[in-house]
Amino acid sequence: MQSTTLILMLGFMAITAFFYGRRRSLALVGGHGHGMALHSLPGYYGYYVAIWAVLPALALLLVWVMVEPRVIVALVVNGLPDAYRNLPPGELNLLVNNIQNLAAGDVVSVDVDDVLQNAATMFNAYVEKSRQFLAVLVLGMAGLGGAMAWRRIHPDLRARNRVERVIRWFLIAASSIAILTTIGIVLSVLFEAIRFFQKVPLTEFLFGLNWSPQTAIRADQVGSSGSFGAVPLFTGTLLITSIAMVVAVPVGLMTAIYLAEYSSARIRGIAKPLLEVLAGIPTVVYGFFAALTVAPWIRSAGESAGIQVASESALAAGIVMGIMIIPLVSSLADDAINAVPSAMRDGALGLGSTRSETMTKVILPAALPGIVGGILLAVSRAIGETMIVVMAAGLAANLTANPFEAVTTVTVQIVTLLVGDQEFDSAKTLAAFALGLMLFVVTLILNVIGLSVVRKYREQYD
Amino acid sequence: MATSDTKTTRQKVEAGLPRRRRKEFTFKLLGMFATAIGIVFLGLFFASLIAEGTSAFKQTFLKLDIELSEDVLAPGGELDLAYADFDGLVRTALRAEIPEASGRQDRRELYRIVSVGAAYQLRDLIAQNPDLMGTIQSLWVPASSNVDMLIKGNIDANIEEALRPLSDKQIGWVRQLQDKGRLESRFNRALFTNGDSREPELAGIKGAVMGSVYMLLVTMVLSFPIGVAAAIYLEEFAPRNRWSDLIEVNINNLAAVPSIVFGLLGLAVFINWAALPRSAPLVGGLVLTLLTLPVIIIASRAAIKAVPPSIREAALGLGASQTQVVFHHVLPLALPGMLTGAIIGMSRALGESAPLLMIGMVAFIVDVPGSLTDPATALPVQIFLWADSPERAFAERTSAAIIVLLGFLLVMNLTAVILRKRMERRW
Repeated sequence: MQSTTLILMLGFMAITAFFYGRRRSLALVGGHGHGMALHSLPGYYGYYVAIWAVLPALALLLVWVMVEPRVIVALVVNGLPDAYRNLPPGELNLLVNNIQNLAAGDVVSVDVDDVLQNAATMFNAYVEKSRQFLAVLVLGMAGLGGAMAWRRIHPDLRARNRVERVIRWFLIAASSIAILTTIGIVLSVLFEAIRFFQKVPLTEFLFGLNWSPQTAIRADQVGSSGSFGAVPLFTGTLLITSIAMVVAVPVGLMTAIYLAEYSSARIRGIAKPLLEVLAGIPTVVYGFFAALTVAPWIRSAGESAGIQVASESALAAGIVMGIMIIPLVSSLADDAINAVPSAMRDGALGLGSTRSETMTKVILPAALPGIVGGILLAVSRAIGETMIVVMAAGLAANLTANPFEAVTTVTVQIVTLLVGDQEFDSAKTLAAFALGLMLFVVTLILNVIGLSVVRKYREQYD
Repeated sequence: MATSDTKTTRQKVEAGLPRRRRKEFTFKLLGMFATAIGIVFLGLFFASLIAEGTSAFKQTFLKLDIELSEDVLAPGGELDLAYADFDGLVRTALRAEIPEASGRQDRRELYRIVSVGAAYQLRDLIAQNPDLMGTIQSLWVPASSNVDMLIKGNIDANIEEALRPLSDKQIGWVRQLQDKGRLESRFNRALFTNGDSREPELAGIKGAVMGSVYMLLVTMVLSFPIGVAAAIYLEEFAPRNRWSDLIEVNINNLAAVPSIVFGLLGLAVFINWAALPRSAPLVGGLVLTLLTLPVIIIASRAAIKAVPPSIREAALGLGASQTQVVFHHVLPLALPGMLTGAIIGMSRALGESAPLLMIGMVAFIVDVPGSLTDPATALPVQIFLWADSPERAFAERTSAAIIVLLGFLLVMNLTAVILRKRMERRW
């Protein structure tokens, strides 16, 4: 693509600009030996020119690339005969798509007539022209900016300060991306969720007991009004999360205690990295293991015990998720236990209590807030976990507390609603964003509380 | 009085001792048990993975003497690779091998022994070397996945005929070919050189690996510089005020936001608003950038914090500006720690699949992507797709793909560990 070449050329121009700027600054004061007469080191004059050559040109390139497709489509549509131009927006959209596909030489879904062919040729011509314009403009801009900066070089020019100011702004921009991401998440989820709540009342979503998100594609279809009561999803999420916590909290806590208090340094040196491996396994792999190994195993174990177990039971997903979370719980519990001052521990041991008594009666109560904070983070992780439940928990929105039955979760439904072909403004797809909003808000609250508690108590004993 | 009192206290304590020791013992045992659970699971997991997956690196091939007859391939004297009847050649050769299969039904069953990939193999052979036309070639072509499963012992020949994918006749022919030395288990190259396929014996991970590579490329190019820049600003320049506190809380929270929410962001912003193409590694890379940024920022900040203030003060004292201090002294010293954080961030990005489902990277894509905007999937998503496939042969391929993925992750994490060990500096 040409923009890649263009960016490469810009990079080349930046290097050239650097050397020209540097040379001019030295030439102005009479060569290498006289650098002291300059305000800044010669290199800064080079950077100064390079920045002026590249930044404006790059900004132009960015704006152009963002605006170009829309402008070209508008131009092509304007060039169509009236009969085509006055089509309803949906059909017009389809037409534009076809034109673009035809222009790119792809398969087109309708018969190609003259109008379409002409439009595609026009489209290609516009693209070609736009590319040429862009190249000339960007390179011109770079040359102009560089030349102006080059002319402005003077021994008194505070080049270092100017360059450093640009660097500072770049750093600020980079660090605000984190804020922008959060804002982006909130806005993108919120807007679609509001559109969803215009179609489905909030109370039905929050308190309705029936979830079957099948909406009609055609208006005259039967039995497809769709119902969006999300309570079964919430209980399903809660059930799986509870199972995961029942596994992860005691095991993680006892692991942390054992490794911190009882084990020899050698065992700790082996066990800790192994548990970290457990934390590094991708969730999709856990999902595969849950669905193909653990679930059948639980099913056959249940059958031999006379219990009816669904092939996609909440139990399998919950147990595997719990194992996934063990390292998180144990490392946060480890932090909390280590933050307790050793004077407390030594005092209790000195009074004659056993290690387990020291642990349960002195250290754990002192570390409790930190541990609770860690558990909150683990809960948030379990609620947001997707792949394990998608692969092992199933799609049936059952309102049940029976761990042997199949349940579905918020994340599973987000995935099933958005994977596949839907029109984007149907209640079905919008529901995914409403669920996403719920998920984001709940995990955010858990994270904020958990993180602040963990940090507060880590500092308190330091 | 006093002596008897201490005695009773002492006696009380001693009376309680066995119970307390027992409790202590149980507590310790519980701890050992808990630690063992994680490790046992890990062992179980790897054992089952290896037991299941290693067989996928071998594949059954069938040796056929195929006559590349000109009459069949180029009936009008003109060879058209797209329409030439390579299938017919394979079938003729197969019939010659098993002459007793006569009648339509028998023959149809016979043809199912060999993979459809055999015809593609012939086509590629002729395309590369048209001179071979008219000769008889002895070729190893892939057997169908059911035959492969039978050879590997995954299909039980002793159960009722209707319950297995191969009929008694087919099994008989396979045994016959085996006895003649016409079946052989060879290294499964297709697994590494092919894209996805509906036929298990032809399905490979190359497309998914390339998709992952392109995505990680985008992620690395964007998230490392941005993450380092953000960390530098927050550690070295930002005034301690509400704004920087907000950024800090924000970053810590972003690190804990469920990854699927980032997928929703990518869908709404990159695909619906910015109109970037669906299923493209470019969009996947952008989403993963946002996902790994907090990880890299947090690690980079820790690395910068570890540089002692004396370095900064010495440089400042010699007249360097604050920016010079950072870029000439702090950054080079903190770089190993930052790189370690970046590699860990990348390995997290490599294993991530939930957000990619949101932006359409779950499509069935046969072609190996050649650029950032080609439709592609990623390795973890390929695992997800194969795990959902009903064919028995895909299960072992899923395990093989997992082994490959874990191999990549292992290499990345080992690099990070070695980097940390070698570059680590004690001040």
